[in-house]
Amino acid sequence: MVNPQMVMYEEEFNQIQTVVDRLVREANAKVVFIVDKNGQLIAASGEVDNIDTTSLASLTAGNIAATGGIAKLLRENEFATQFHEGEKANIHIQLVGNRVILVVIFDSKSSLGLVRLRVRKASDELNRIFEALLSKVQEPGGDSPFAEITDEDIDNLFND
Amino acid sequence: MSFINYMAREINCKIVYYGPGLCGKTTNLQYIYERTNPDAKGKMISLATETERTLFFDFLPLSLGEIRGFKTRFHLYTVPGQVFYDASRKLILKGVDGVIFVADSQMERLEANQESVENLRTNLAEQGYSLEKIPYVIQYNKRDLPNVVTVEELRALINPMNVPDFEANARSGTGVFDTLKAVSRLVLNELRRGGGAGRRAEKGRSSGPTSKPSRSAT
Repeated sequence: MVNPQMVMYEEEFNQIQTVVDRLVREANAKVVFIVDKNGQLIAASGEVDNIDTTSLASLTAGNIAATGGIAKLLRENEFATQFHEGEKANIHIQLVGNRVILVVIFDSKSSLGLVRLRVRKASDELNRIFEALLSKVQEPGGDSPFAEITDEDIDNLFND
Repeated sequence: MSFINYMAREINCKIVYYGPGLCGKTTNLQYIYERTNPDAKGKMISLATETERTLFFDFLPLSLGEIRGFKTRFHLYTVPGQVFYDASRKLILKGVDGVIFVADSQMERLEANQESVENLRTNLAEQGYSLEKIPYVIQYNKRDLPNVVTVEELRALINPMNVPDFEANARSGTGVFDTLKAVSRLVLNELRRGGGAGRRAEKGRSSGPTSKPSRSAT
């Protein structure tokens, strides 16, 4: 299987959130977030109230997907890092473990060098956490919480 | 591939609207966007050319409500329909949980519909999915136009598997929500079976007492 079901548990979520929170501080970033390659937001930290994280997540994943497509055509495995420089805001996008995307948005209070350095360290940690999470998900016996849902539950969703 | 977040108690699913160029995929999303409560939807994003043809995708996040204490969120995507954007279409199918095929009912688009279904089948297979197994519904769009092919004929040509299908006029909204509800039901049913949306080739589909066919009327 290429991509097993993505599941997030409290324990791993807290570990990921800790890494993301620390990265905001250590990289002097405005916002840090993590998205899976399908565009689902996993965690976010920093000044997230002022931005549309859902849209950003979807567009970032689209961006990574398009870049991955270009890489394939050039017989590269991936372009794991992207950097876009704006007048005020800059965005650093890093593919972690070919599975999730780490996004750092920063302004002139930080620098590309600092962000790169901190991202590298955070990527290693995140990689370990996601690997552990993956092996947990693949353990047998973990029943879906949705195994018990009824037709009525599903109907109720549409009755509003 | 749905994403179950136990921490946030959320389940996220990805639905893709597929179909030939100008069949009305973006119009479906626009209608849904216009008719959904502001608190149940996010911003709609369209990556389009200057002539408003979809270049990469449209995206609309929707909240459906709670099921067993989990918030259900659907991310709706359209693909670019034009033939030469095939590389982009493949990318958007990654991680898909359910597909809506929007067919253009006009006589002159009959062949384009067939080609697009075949293209969908090929591109899904490349990602390891099978059209026979993934939650899949068909919408016959533009039923209001004068030069349309009969539904029976369309059905015979592009719906040999007899998946749930709906007549629609996406501009006025007829059939738009019926189509979305139908595929959402199939996706949730798949989730109940603990399925990874159509990627079940190696496990085989359980032939046990699954639910009633989810075509049951609302």
